[in-house]
Amino acid sequence: MPTTASEPIPAVRMRKVSKAFGDNVVLNELDLDVAPGERVVIIGPSGSGKTTILRVCMTLERPDAGTIDINGESLYHEPDGDGLKPAREKHIRQVRSRVGMVFQHFNLFPHMSALENVALAPIKVHGMPKDEAYELGRQLLDKVGLRAHANHAPGQLSGGQKQRVAIARSLATDPDVMLFDEVTSALDPELVGEVLGVLRDIAEEGTTTMMLVTHEMGFAKEVADRVVMFDHGRILEEGPPDQLLHEPAHDRTRSFLRAVLAH
Amino acid sequence: MGELILSPLRYERLLEGLSVTLQVLGLAFALGIVLSLVFGVARLSERRWVRGIALVYVEFSRGISSIILLFFMAIAIPILLGLEQRSLLVLGGVALGLNMGGYGAEIIRGAILSVPKGQTEASISLNLTDAQRLRYVILPQAMRVILPPMGNLTIEILKGTALVSLVGLADLTLALRKLDVPQPGVERVPTMVLFANVLVIYFVVAQVINGLFRLAERRTERSYGTRAPIEPVPDGVETAGAGG
Amino acid sequence: MSDTLQDPTDGTVDADDAALPPGVGESRWWRRPDVMMPLTIVTILGVALAMTGVEQVHFRVDVSPDGSTVWDWTFFWALVPEMLKGLLVLARATVFGFAVALVVGLVLALGRRSKHRVVSWPTAGFVEFVRSTPLLVQLYFLFYALPDAGIRLGRMQALVIGLGIHYGAYCSEAYRAGINSVPEGQWEAATAMNLGPTTTWTRVILPQAIPNVLPALGNFLVAAFKDAPLGYAITVTEVLFFATTISGRLFRPQEPFILIGIGFLLVSLPAAWLVRRLEARLAYDRI
Repeated sequence: MPTTASEPIPAVRMRKVSKAFGDNVVLNELDLDVAPGERVVIIGPSGSGKTTILRVCMTLERPDAGTIDINGESLYHEPDGDGLKPAREKHIRQVRSRVGMVFQHFNLFPHMSALENVALAPIKVHGMPKDEAYELGRQLLDKVGLRAHANHAPGQLSGGQKQRVAIARSLATDPDVMLFDEVTSALDPELVGEVLGVLRDIAEEGTTTMMLVTHEMGFAKEVADRVVMFDHGRILEEGPPDQLLHEPAHDRTRSFLRAVLAH
Repeated sequence: MGELILSPLRYERLLEGLSVTLQVLGLAFALGIVLSLVFGVARLSERRWVRGIALVYVEFSRGISSIILLFFMAIAIPILLGLEQRSLLVLGGVALGLNMGGYGAEIIRGAILSVPKGQTEASISLNLTDAQRLRYVILPQAMRVILPPMGNLTIEILKGTALVSLVGLADLTLALRKLDVPQPGVERVPTMVLFANVLVIYFVVAQVINGLFRLAERRTERSYGTRAPIEPVPDGVETAGAGG
Repeated sequence: MSDTLQDPTDGTVDADDAALPPGVGESRWWRRPDVMMPLTIVTILGVALAMTGVEQVHFRVDVSPDGSTVWDWTFFWALVPEMLKGLLVLARATVFGFAVALVVGLVLALGRRSKHRVVSWPTAGFVEFVRSTPLLVQLYFLFYALPDAGIRLGRMQALVIGLGIHYGAYCSEAYRAGINSVPEGQWEAATAMNLGPTTTWTRVILPQAIPNVLPALGNFLVAAFKDAPLGYAITVTEVLFFATTISGRLFRPQEPFILIGIGFLLVSLPAAWLVRRLEARLAYDRI
């Protein structure tokens, strides 16, 4: 679906993005557009490469081919006369600054308190004065319901609390696009709700573009504007959650949904 | 065996020697830590030639015997460079520091690799630069892996400082050798006793170094707020990419 | 998975191993050529060196360096055979010293495992003491202080015993770590099967402990070689003695010192590489 001049510039625009690990092709000439403020849930069987979609947008993996634009700026290429050339680190950093990511295993910095985790990027990357950054950090921790835990080390927090700190940490960089990579998969079932609650809050504000890889179908139905079924490195089908989750066009999707809901 | 304690005058001589020993150690340690960091990080560089240079240095400094390096520095270098004044203290410190750097670089390299990959990924997602990532995220966590072997290495270097006595620097070992030379009119102390005293001095210094590193270890542990392993180590297959 | 595992298809699989499920045959380290080869080479070299009987050598050079150049190749090459003599002395001291260390280490390790504190504590103290004091001073002690107690050692003997005790202390730690690395459950299983102490040690514990210990011992062998030039301090005629003698006699340090540096690296680097390879192979087994 090529964008015409009248449409707004997509927040994320992927064109013919390919990535293989050895013989294992995980992204096969993938095209995907995400509109500003849109909430896209990506589902699919494990090994289908859905996490890799997020990882190439965060530059954690370099695609073998294809282009990715963030807010209309190419992530891996920069202008070179009339054409494009592979981007230098500086350009990548600048475009990447619009993207944030939350990980399955939280990846909090264990040697810093919750507050220090949240304030690190504002201080070091955005050059914010410390007082201001810590104030921002406290506000964000408040937002995820953890103001009282500001001085706790990650080791002293539960899984759900860790993940909420990680979300606050990502929010602190004020990203336009947030990537959520199975953020509830590593949690005990009783802790999933508190994290989904925070995600719901972010979704309701409606300003942040969200790409979520998740197995929480109920949640997907509730917050997603669009659900994408991903298989064998390609988009199998996509559509509004009601349609895709209830009347999928493909047998593959149907059997996948059955398997997930059986849990 | 007789008296085990030496006369105050002899202790004074030994302590003068000890001060030289500690100066050489300090110099070697300072240089060694810097080299360890530089080459340990360089060993993991994305650039091939940087890795290559670092590998050559590490292999060379670990392959060569510190005593041969020391003699080369102290005897050959001054003549080759035509140095009039040579500071044995500096040359000795540099030789031992070069030696320490090779081993230290491997410690640092291993420690950096021991930090879970997710930490690097989180740093990238927060847009930290490579240098910031190393400084604020990787090295602080690598410290708990670095400190114990670095303490052992420092004690090895302390033991190595005794070698400088062979090129004529008046360290603790040379002080010992001098006191052992019979002098007219001075009552001789059994060589055994003299040696036992000096060995104990080295042992005590080693234990102090040990204690200091233990203290540092405890401090890094405390910053974690808990002694238990912190994060679930990310499943390697998952983080290596191939998708959910 | 972007990084590839090490190639497991090395060595030949004999008929007996072929009957075993994959992986089991691999883990029999004592039947694997890539593990046994370095061990055999080291042993044969060691025995050969021990049999050469080189004790003290005299260094003679008939060529005088050309004083007008910084570097004289003729002089350099004339030094090579003399340097090799020194290297031989060094290698010999290392082999004997390490043989002593292997035994001393075993005694110390057993002492530390002793149930009687009268034995285990002093042993632990001794190991710690030896490990944290300079080998040089220990050599002086053996050579200059022991005669006070009526024990006279030759210079080579002192070097061998010095290396033996010093690295014996290190080896004992390696033995201990190796034995401790065998899970508690293995001891319990041996007890449950009513195995005697001999069977438990030879059939259960040691086969599992040795692959953990071998790389550490290899590293100590290389380290002992690097410390062997300390024999210079008690006038053992090794490479350093050679270089200082020549450079002192001819006021010409560069060629002899560079030469011994090269000669030394030509032994220590391949040795270290061999140990690392062994380590990698054995580590692969334990996955």
